[in-house]
Amino acid sequence: MSRAGRILLPLLGAVLFLLAWEVAVRILGVRPIMLPPPSAILHELSTAPLWFAEQAVYTTLITLAGFAMAAVLGVAFSILIVEWAVLERILFPLFVALNSVPKVAVAPLFIIWFGTGSEPKIAIAFLIAVFAVVIDSALGLRSVPADTLDLARALHGSRFKVLVRIKLYCALPHIFAGLKVAMSLALVGAIVGEFVSSGRGLGYVILTAQGQFDTARVFAAIAILGVLGVVLIGALDVVERYALPWRHRVAPGSGH
Amino acid sequence: MGRADASQPIIVSRDLTKRFGGRAGLTALDRISLDVREGEFVALLGPSGCGKSTFLRCLAGLEQPTEGELLFDGRPIQGPPQGLGIAFQRDALLDWFDVLQNVLLPAEFGGLRVRDHEPRARELLRMVGLQDFAHVYPSALSGGMRQRVAICRSLLLEPRLLLMDEPFGALDAMTRDQLNADLHRIWADRRMTTLFVTHSITEAVFLSTRVVVFSPRPGRVAENVVLDLPAHRTLALREEPEFLRYARGFRALFETMGLIHG
Repeated sequence: MSRAGRILLPLLGAVLFLLAWEVAVRILGVRPIMLPPPSAILHELSTAPLWFAEQAVYTTLITLAGFAMAAVLGVAFSILIVEWAVLERILFPLFVALNSVPKVAVAPLFIIWFGTGSEPKIAIAFLIAVFAVVIDSALGLRSVPADTLDLARALHGSRFKVLVRIKLYCALPHIFAGLKVAMSLALVGAIVGEFVSSGRGLGYVILTAQGQFDTARVFAAIAILGVLGVVLIGALDVVERYALPWRHRVAPGSGH
Repeated sequence: MGRADASQPIIVSRDLTKRFGGRAGLTALDRISLDVREGEFVALLGPSGCGKSTFLRCLAGLEQPTEGELLFDGRPIQGPPQGLGIAFQRDALLDWFDVLQNVLLPAEFGGLRVRDHEPRARELLRMVGLQDFAHVYPSALSGGMRQRVAICRSLLLEPRLLLMDEPFGALDAMTRDQLNADLHRIWADRRMTTLFVTHSITEAVFLSTRVVVFSPRPGRVAENVVLDLPAHRTLALREEPEFLRYARGFRALFETMGLIHG
């Protein structure tokens, strides 16, 4: 597909969706307090764009911080359990058990531990996101074909070299798949954190607007969240393309 | 490492037996006895599942024999020996490295200075006609080109022992012919001791100085034939009477083993 088509077609889909929404709300006479039309949401956004931007930036920073922690610690943890079977036996069931606890239920506890600043929100975003990273990168690290590992052994490759020259590269596509899921989940985590206790961020906007039955404002925040999700995942797509050049280009950019 | 006496075999296999899955398990190799001398090109010929690949994996130190003795340079093979070159049916190229980096992998993994081996890597690529592809990712190459890269990789450190496990098995007939000719040219040039697993009679007779036929399940040495064919060969040899005589002989042997029906 052409470059223009890759951008224009999804945009066309979004515009058609919004149009249908607008028309449906007007024809059926839905009360704005139940479901405001897109035009009302746009109007709401235009009344205080800077304020909305400020809230969006805060939520984005929380999301990215939680995501970054999940990415780094998640990949590190997956390396540990894949390289040392004993560690996997000791730690992995515990990890699964901890992950099975609903994070929303732990959130209030984090307020007690970390206060009401950014830390508990980052912690929740991290906790929700890390599982996907660990599962996918562990799968990736184990996806090396058997004869590639045989070759490495026959060439006397050290364990470290096999890890950084073969296993990690092999795992990269899986890691990126996990990171994309983790990014969406980190955003969820950030909102959950803001729901529990916050004076800032899109989660806070939704919660306070809901209290005032300001449905248009709730939807304005939700719309920003939708766009934010698309942008963050899109950014990861770009990073992936640069990180895995052999999948997208015929030859490396520069000789060596 | 002391070089073995020229009259001394480089590989000695004495009653090598390999069983998978314990005492009641599958016997893959049953008392294989075989000597290989320096500079020989030995084809291990047999049907799928006859254990010839398992034998090669034992030589590569990737499998441990269950019983018997397997020596390389007079010493038991416990892990992958030094001076080993290896090629598999799947080329096992690393997609994330370019062609040159792939060829240099044995130097990198062997802890050698990669830069020192670059001229040699480029020379090998030139020899197989891939000099212009040094900085191309493997995904851009055809199956035959990829397998050529894998062969260059196996030859980088001038191996004393080259083990090839059906390296051309997944290629189309024409590419396979070309690579047979290429491999023969390279071997005739440097005479590295080579063990080559194949189930193609034509390939075995064309490439080797000796053909060892394995019988299926459990793998045993059914026949061990030193070929009296010219040292330097072209593909045209395959139409010569002496070539056809050998090929017919092995086919007849396969028929008596009940493997092919004419």
